[in-house]
Amino acid sequence: MNIYVLLKRTFDTEEKITLSGGKINEDGVECIINPYDEFAIEEAIQVRDAHGGEVTVVSVGSEDSEKQLRTALAMGADKAALINIEDDVENGDQFTTAKILTEYLKDKGADLILAGNVAIDGGSGQVGPRVAGLLGIPYVTTITNLEIDGSNVTITRDVEGDSEVIETTLPLLVTAQQGLNEPRYPSLPGIMKAKKKPLEELELDDLDLEEEDVEAKTKTIEVYLPPKKEAGKVLSGDLGDQVKELVHLLHTEAKVI
Amino acid sequence: MTNQTENVIKGGSFLLDDISYERVFTPEDYTDEHKMIAKTTEDFVENEVLPQVEFIEKHEFERSVKLLKEAGELGLLGADVPEEYGGLGLDKISSALIAEKMSRAGGFSITHGAHVGIGSLPIVLFGNEEQKQNYLPLLATGEKLAAYALTEPGSGSDALGAKTTAKLNAEGTHYILNGEKQWITNSGFADIFIVYAKIDGEHFSAFIVERVFPGVSTGAEEKKMGIKSSSTRTLILEDVAVPKENLLGEAGKGHVIAFNILNIGRYKLGVGAVGASKRAFELSVKYANGRQQFKTPIAQFNLTKEKFGTMASKIYAAESSVYRTVGLFEDRMGRLSDEEVKDGKEVAKSIAEYAIECSLNKVFSSETLDYVVDEGVQIHGGYGYMQEYEIERAYRDSRINRIFEGTNEINRLLVPGTFLRKALKGELPLLQKAQSLQEELMMLMPEEPGDEPLAQEKYLVKNAKKIGLLAAGLAAQKYGKSLEKEQEVLVNIADIISNAYAMESVVLRTAKSIAKAGLEKSKQKLVYTQIFCQEAFNEIEQHAKETLVATEKGDALRMLLSALRKFTRHTPINVIAKKREAADKLIEAERFIV
Repeated sequence: MNIYVLLKRTFDTEEKITLSGGKINEDGVECIINPYDEFAIEEAIQVRDAHGGEVTVVSVGSEDSEKQLRTALAMGADKAALINIEDDVENGDQFTTAKILTEYLKDKGADLILAGNVAIDGGSGQVGPRVAGLLGIPYVTTITNLEIDGSNVTITRDVEGDSEVIETTLPLLVTAQQGLNEPRYPSLPGIMKAKKKPLEELELDDLDLEEEDVEAKTKTIEVYLPPKKEAGKVLSGDLGDQVKELVHLLHTEAKVI
Repeated sequence: MTNQTENVIKGGSFLLDDISYERVFTPEDYTDEHKMIAKTTEDFVENEVLPQVEFIEKHEFERSVKLLKEAGELGLLGADVPEEYGGLGLDKISSALIAEKMSRAGGFSITHGAHVGIGSLPIVLFGNEEQKQNYLPLLATGEKLAAYALTEPGSGSDALGAKTTAKLNAEGTHYILNGEKQWITNSGFADIFIVYAKIDGEHFSAFIVERVFPGVSTGAEEKKMGIKSSSTRTLILEDVAVPKENLLGEAGKGHVIAFNILNIGRYKLGVGAVGASKRAFELSVKYANGRQQFKTPIAQFNLTKEKFGTMASKIYAAESSVYRTVGLFEDRMGRLSDEEVKDGKEVAKSIAEYAIECSLNKVFSSETLDYVVDEGVQIHGGYGYMQEYEIERAYRDSRINRIFEGTNEINRLLVPGTFLRKALKGELPLLQKAQSLQEELMMLMPEEPGDEPLAQEKYLVKNAKKIGLLAAGLAAQKYGKSLEKEQEVLVNIADIISNAYAMESVVLRTAKSIAKAGLEKSKQKLVYTQIFCQEAFNEIEQHAKETLVATEKGDALRMLLSALRKFTRHTPINVIAKKREAADKLIEAERFIV
């Protein structure tokens, strides 16, 4: 089976976000594989081990993403591709990434494409479905179980805490939700082997794409941090007065009513 | 054939020679593989080990055994075992990083360390082909677990005073071992023990003893102050018949194995102490950010910042020194040819090379850790005294580090002792250097260091080394053969040398970082370097003065004190301001950063 995993490099969950010059400061920040993509990698490896084939992880990003791709190789993926857009694309969005990935994937004959349900940084959850749309294949999001029998696929997906079972066929794109599996640690032998596994590096040129083809469909107007959490207020006095004051404050201060 | 060991850095040469930062390994030189190995270890400890620590602390050691086997599956037991015997044969940096990251697990990290280090390494380094094939593949996966049995009730630091005996049986097939070994880590569950015994009560030798051999038993679990999640018992040997094939190394040469394994144990202990210090620091800074008094997070008080600045600069110094030493081992052992690796004598020689550095790291890192956990408890206030807080365990776990693998007192005494031995053997031109230094004293002109970054610190390092040489040379001259008895002076000299090594290590690391990453990205390192060098130099001055006063009298003393004043003349930096500066970044990051 020809399996592809879409991988994004994100900030470590423990990193604090700071801004400098209207941009998110990336200096000295620890980065990891987007945690939902880890579920996708683990599932891909399990599917390969059960059904045979090959797992390729692909990431759109900068040179720095090589480390996360190597980690995926250390977990057990077979090949990696890094599409480096550092020099070509200044402001990309979900369309940009999806377009590039589609160009890369269109002639690969992928049977199964796995992605994270959402990236913990941008949080849009769009790239996977967009790629499926552009490739013209079905997709199922937020999956928590995957069973493949020939080209028939049975999927359990998480629907806001409940679950539904869907039957579909390959080729297919799925996005992984927490609970799908328990991602393995890259073992030390895996880490040493990963050094020797192929990691292909591509640029827009190699995909016959021009900068205009992938131009973002959205515009970022402003980047700002959420307001600092203020200390709460304790109301006092007669209960009736407290309720009145609360309603008043909700109108005038919190402006939520 | 060219001599591969020609270009290696000689052990102890740091006191006499200057070295370029290019030749020093620093944590900034980690490869991506090193970082991945560190991350796997970190995640394994956090997700698999830590949830079990509270149970293992109550001596549920079947959990330790299971965890070790899981660690084995990930390759975390095979780093030092060559590939041909089922291990991974990784470099020394990788195995050091595993030890550093394991340390967060407290007593369990002692269990892991005893298995992969003192338990397995005697066979890795000194075993014959058959022994390696028999045992190493099982040790690398965790199928069998190892322990190391050297200490006896009556012989601790005086290891060669062991009373355990071995006697070849009449058939000449087995050694019959009798005796008791005390405080044996992993003894509750280990399958294989490296046991030292004297053949015919005379020839100190090492043996591989299996738990299943009749006559092997263990005593009750010890009730320890800390590292409770490691098993510690007495190993009892009653007429244990050990096949003669299980003699490790040569008969009567057990000390070669024992002392060199101790050396490795010492630098590994240093690595673990660095990891534990970082964890204690993180706990403390997170707590101080969350804890409010007088409507202010206590992290914001200047006195708390002073603590963070001091703790972090010491951790930086310990980390720089330890990994510099690991780099020395990697370089030296990496140069051994395939035949030499299999030759116990060559292996022993290359480990013994850095005996001084191993002792220095052991002392410096264990005392850094003790300082950091002590301040950590202090920052936690009353909560730090409560068992619900991890810092309480860290405080108890830390204390043993100053005692095992040779007490810090023994390790301090070893430093000047080894220097002098190397000098007498002609391995280091210590006495010549000390001589020319005395001549230099006569015409010493005060120097003014420049303003560029690290200029002052480089100047302090240079003079720190000279003060060390001056003190060592003077003591050797004055006391000659009776120097051994002047333990206070010897320890003073060791402390001067220790600070000089740590100072040089931070200066070289920071200089390397500035050269490679630029000044802007090396600011925090520079501040640590400034703080550490200033405070270490102050201690050096004090130790030197005490030594001179104890050694000389009258005019000779006055002359020496005046020379010392020339060596120590400098304008001190404002450490209070520097510590606030360092602390602000640490409080923001909520962990130790460089």
